[in-house]
Amino acid sequence: MSRPPSVKNRPSDDRTASVSSVLVLDQVKKTFTANKTTITALDGVSCQIRPHRVTGLIGPDGAGKTTLMRLSAALLRPDCGTLRALDIDVVREPLRVQAQVGYMPQRFGLYEDLSVQENLDLYADLQGVPKEARHERYTRLLAMAGLEDFRHRLAGRLSGGMKQKLGLVCTLVRPPRLLLLDEPTVGVDPISRRELWEIVYRLVETEGMSVLLSTAYLDEAERCTEVVLIHQGHILGHDRPQAFSRQVTGRIWSVRAPHVAKRSLQLRLSNDPAVLDALILGKTIRVVSHTAGKLHLADPPAEPYRMDPVEPRFEDYFVATLKKNSRTADSAAQITLGQNNHRIGDEDVIVAENLVRRFGSFYAVDRVSFRVRRGEIFGLLGANGAGKTTTFRMLCGLLPISSGSCSVAGMNLRTAASAARSRIGYMAQKFSLYGNLTVLQNLGFFASAYGLRGQDRTDRINWALQTFALTPYTNSEGQSLPLGFKQRLALAAALMHEPEVLFLDEPTSGVDPLARREFWVQINSLADQGVTVLVTTHFMEEAEYCDRLVIMAEGKVLAEGSPESLKEGFDNENGQEATMEDVFIGLLKKQQKTGEAG
Amino acid sequence: MKPGRNMRLAGLIRKEYLQVLRDPSSIAIAFVLPVILLLIFGYGVSLDATNIRVALVIEQPDNIARNFAGSFDRSPYFAPEAFSSIQEAETALRHAEVDGIVWLRSDFGSRYLHKDGPPIGLIVNGVDANTARLIEGYVQGIWFTWLEQQSELAGKKLTSPVQLEQRIWYNPAVRSTDFLIPGILAVIMTLIGALLTALVIAREWERGTMEALLVTRISAPEILLGKLIPYFFLGMGGLGLSLVMAKFLFHVPMRGSLWLLLATSALFLWVALGMGFFISTVFRSQFVAALVAMVSTFLPAFILSGFIFDIRSMPVIIQGLTYLIAARYYVTILQTLFLVGDVWSVLWPNAAILALMGLFFHGVVYRKTKKILQ
Repeated sequence: MSRPPSVKNRPSDDRTASVSSVLVLDQVKKTFTANKTTITALDGVSCQIRPHRVTGLIGPDGAGKTTLMRLSAALLRPDCGTLRALDIDVVREPLRVQAQVGYMPQRFGLYEDLSVQENLDLYADLQGVPKEARHERYTRLLAMAGLEDFRHRLAGRLSGGMKQKLGLVCTLVRPPRLLLLDEPTVGVDPISRRELWEIVYRLVETEGMSVLLSTAYLDEAERCTEVVLIHQGHILGHDRPQAFSRQVTGRIWSVRAPHVAKRSLQLRLSNDPAVLDALILGKTIRVVSHTAGKLHLADPPAEPYRMDPVEPRFEDYFVATLKKNSRTADSAAQITLGQNNHRIGDEDVIVAENLVRRFGSFYAVDRVSFRVRRGEIFGLLGANGAGKTTTFRMLCGLLPISSGSCSVAGMNLRTAASAARSRIGYMAQKFSLYGNLTVLQNLGFFASAYGLRGQDRTDRINWALQTFALTPYTNSEGQSLPLGFKQRLALAAALMHEPEVLFLDEPTSGVDPLARREFWVQINSLADQGVTVLVTTHFMEEAEYCDRLVIMAEGKVLAEGSPESLKEGFDNENGQEATMEDVFIGLLKKQQKTGEAG
Repeated sequence: MKPGRNMRLAGLIRKEYLQVLRDPSSIAIAFVLPVILLLIFGYGVSLDATNIRVALVIEQPDNIARNFAGSFDRSPYFAPEAFSSIQEAETALRHAEVDGIVWLRSDFGSRYLHKDGPPIGLIVNGVDANTARLIEGYVQGIWFTWLEQQSELAGKKLTSPVQLEQRIWYNPAVRSTDFLIPGILAVIMTLIGALLTALVIAREWERGTMEALLVTRISAPEILLGKLIPYFFLGMGGLGLSLVMAKFLFHVPMRGSLWLLLATSALFLWVALGMGFFISTVFRSQFVAALVAMVSTFLPAFILSGFIFDIRSMPVIIQGLTYLIAARYYVTILQTLFLVGDVWSVLWPNAAILALMGLFFHGVVYRKTKKILQ
C-alpha cells in the first residue's frame, strides 16, 4: 500500500526545534500483540510539538492517537524510538514526566460516588498541591468550568459535558506545563464542547500552557493552532490547519439544484467522472473535484442549477488525499435488495407518541413524539445521555415503556410475535458481532437467526459477501477486521432478512470520514428502495443526511423537522447558512432561557 | 519519607473510605455477609447427627432382641422404627423414610454370644457419606456397649483384649459449632482480603480511574499501600464483629490469648490482601476478578482448609493441594487458639508458613506492578 504524500513535516524555520519543543517523538514504534495477531499502532512516528499553543492530533479511530498520548504520558513503553517531554526522557524518568505533564484519558476516571469537591481534593492530594494554594485554585478552575454551584454534587450525577469539564479541572489542579487531552470532546453536547475549547484556549493564554489535544472530529481541526494528521499509525502531515486546506483550494464547489432531490443529486454528482467526492451539506451538495479549476460536469443536473466555488475545509483535504489513494475495487457500492417489494407510500411506519421512560425519579426519555414515513431517513440527534439509545430500545421492544405508546410497522414490538420482529433490522452501537467467528460464520449465524434456510440462506450470504465487498475476508475473524469492515459486516448482518425498517444506533461513531461516506451511500440506496431508516447520531453534520430529524437533549425533543427547516431562523449575522451545530446551540440556549423564566 | 507521600496516601485512603461508605456492595461483603455466614454456620449447619431414623428389623422378637432394641430407644442419636421384615425396611430405605437398617435375624437370640461373627446386619444409605459413616460408628458403639453389658450379666468376661476408655479433649461435648465458628472466620477474612480487594481494584481499571491515577505523581507501591491500609482495617473490623458474635452469641470458648488471635489474624489478612492484589494485577475486569477470587481463594478456604472436611480423609493428591491453601494454616491456628490455648508448637510453624506465603504474594505483586498499561 502506498503511503499518501505528506505535508512537509513542520516548517524548517526552527532548527532549534528540539530545544523549543515540549514533546519530541523520534522514530517511535509501538505494536500490540493479541491472539497471535500483531497490530502496529504507531509505525516509526516522529514529530515535535511546540510550546504555548494548541496542537490537534487528528485522525479516525484506530489511527494511533490514544497510543501516542499514552506513550507521551509514560503509560506505555515504545518498542523502539525515543520520546522526550519537557526535555525529560519519558522512558527513563516516567515519574518526573508525570509530575509535570497533565494527561486526561479518553474516559477520565472520575470517582462517580465522590462529590465534585472530593474528586478535586483527591487529585490535589495526589498532585501535591499545597493546602494553602487550594482554595484559590479551586475557585478559579470551577469558575472557568462553570461548576461552582455543583461542588457538593456527586460526580456521577453530573451531565456528560459537566463530567468532562470536571475531568479537565482535576487534571489542572496543579497547573501542568504540558497538557495532553485524549478526545475530550467526543460525545459531548455542542455547548459543552465550545466551552471546553474556550477553557483550553484560556489555559494557553493565561497560564502559558502547551496543549496536545486528540480528536476524531475533523471539523475541530480549524480550532487548533497546529494540526498533526495521523492515519493508520503514520503521520500524514503537521502544519497549520489552513495550510492543509489550502492545498485543495479551487477544487471545492457548492452545487445547488432546487428542483432535484438532494439525495439523487448527490448520487448523480458522485458518479460524475470529474467529481472525487460529493457530500450533502444543508441545501447544497459539497463537491470535491479531481483537479483544480472550473468544474466541468460530464452529466450536469437539469437546469436551473448553480455551482459556486467555496472555501476548502480540513475535511476536504483529508478526503482528497485519502480517497485518491484508496480508490480501489474493495469499496462497497450501492446496495440492491434481492427482492424489492416495499411500496413507497405516505403511511407512517414508526410512530412514537408521548414516549416516557423513567429510571427511578430520572426521566431518560420525557414525552417524546415523532412519526416516520416509509422510505424516510429519520435521525435522532443529541449528545451522549440525551436519551437517543433509550428511545431506540423502546421502539425495538427491548425496553418496556413507562408511559405513552409506540409502534413500528403498525405493531408494538414489545408484544408482537417474532414474525413482526423479522421485519426490522437492528444495528447496535459498537457492532454486536461475534469477534471470534469468521465473517462467513457471522453471516451464517445471523441468517439462521432470522430463520433463513437452504438455498435462501446461501443466496443471502453470497449477496452479503458481494454487496459489501467482504469476499476477501470470508474466513477472517470478525475481531481482526478493520473498523470500516466491521461496520459493513454489521450492516450486512442487519440486512440478511431484507427488513423493511432499519434501526441504526450510532452507526458511524469513530469510523473515518471515508467509511462514513460509503456507509451513507448504502443507507441512501436502501431508503430509495423503500426501507425506512431510523438513525441516532451525535455527529452534527451527519444530521444533514437525514430527511427529517429530532434534536434531543436531556430526554426531551427540542425540535423536529427537515435539516433545512430547522436551520431557518438560526442563520448567522453575516447571512451565512447556519450549521447544524448553530441550530443545536441556539435550541439549547432557548430552552435554558424558558427554563429560567418558568 | 518524602513530604508529598503522606499527602498522597492520606488522599487515597480518604477516597477509599468514602467509597466504602457510599457503595453498599462493599459494606455488604465486609459486614453483612460475615453476619449471614456466622448465623448459617452457627445455627443452621451442624455436623452432629441426632435422631437418625433407623429401621429396626427384628425377625424373632424374643427378650434378647427386645433388650438390644431398647438400647436404640435410649440412645439420643437414634429414632428407631420397628419393622417385621427386611423387605419392608428396604422399601422404607428406598423411599428415604429411614437412613439405615439394623437387621436382627431370627437366630439373633441364640447366637449373639458365639464367636462366629455377630448376627446383626447393618444397611446404610451411603448417598450422604458423612452421615453414613456416623451411623456406622454409632451402631457399632451401641453394639459393643450392649455386648459388654450382656457379658457382665452372664458373668463372663468379654474376650476383648483391650479395654477402650474414651475421652474427648478440648471439646468434650463434641459441639461442631465450636470448631465451625473459628473456621468460618478464615472464610470471612478471605472474603474481605481477597475478593473485595480484587473487586475494587478491577473496578478502578474498568471505570478508567486507574489510568487517571497512574498519570499523577503517585508511585506504584503507594497505590498498593493506599489499598492495603483501608482494606486491612475493614478486614480487622469484620474480624472484630465476628469475634463478638462468636463469643456472645454462640459462646465459643476462647482459651488462647486475644492478642495472639489478633496478631495471627492480621498476618492472615495480609496474606489474603496479597492474593487479592495478585489476582487484580492479572485480571482487570470485575467479573473475571470475582470469579477467579471465588475459585482460587474463597472456595478453597471453604473446602480445602479442613474447617468442614477433614484433610486426612481426602485423597493424597488433594491433601497435597491443601498445603497451598493459606486458609488451611489459619484454620489450624484458629481452632487451636479457640479450643486449646496458646500452643506454640502449633502456632509457630503455621504462622511461619503464612508469613512466607504473604512475602511471596506481595513480592510478586510489588515486582509486577508498574505504572504501565497493557
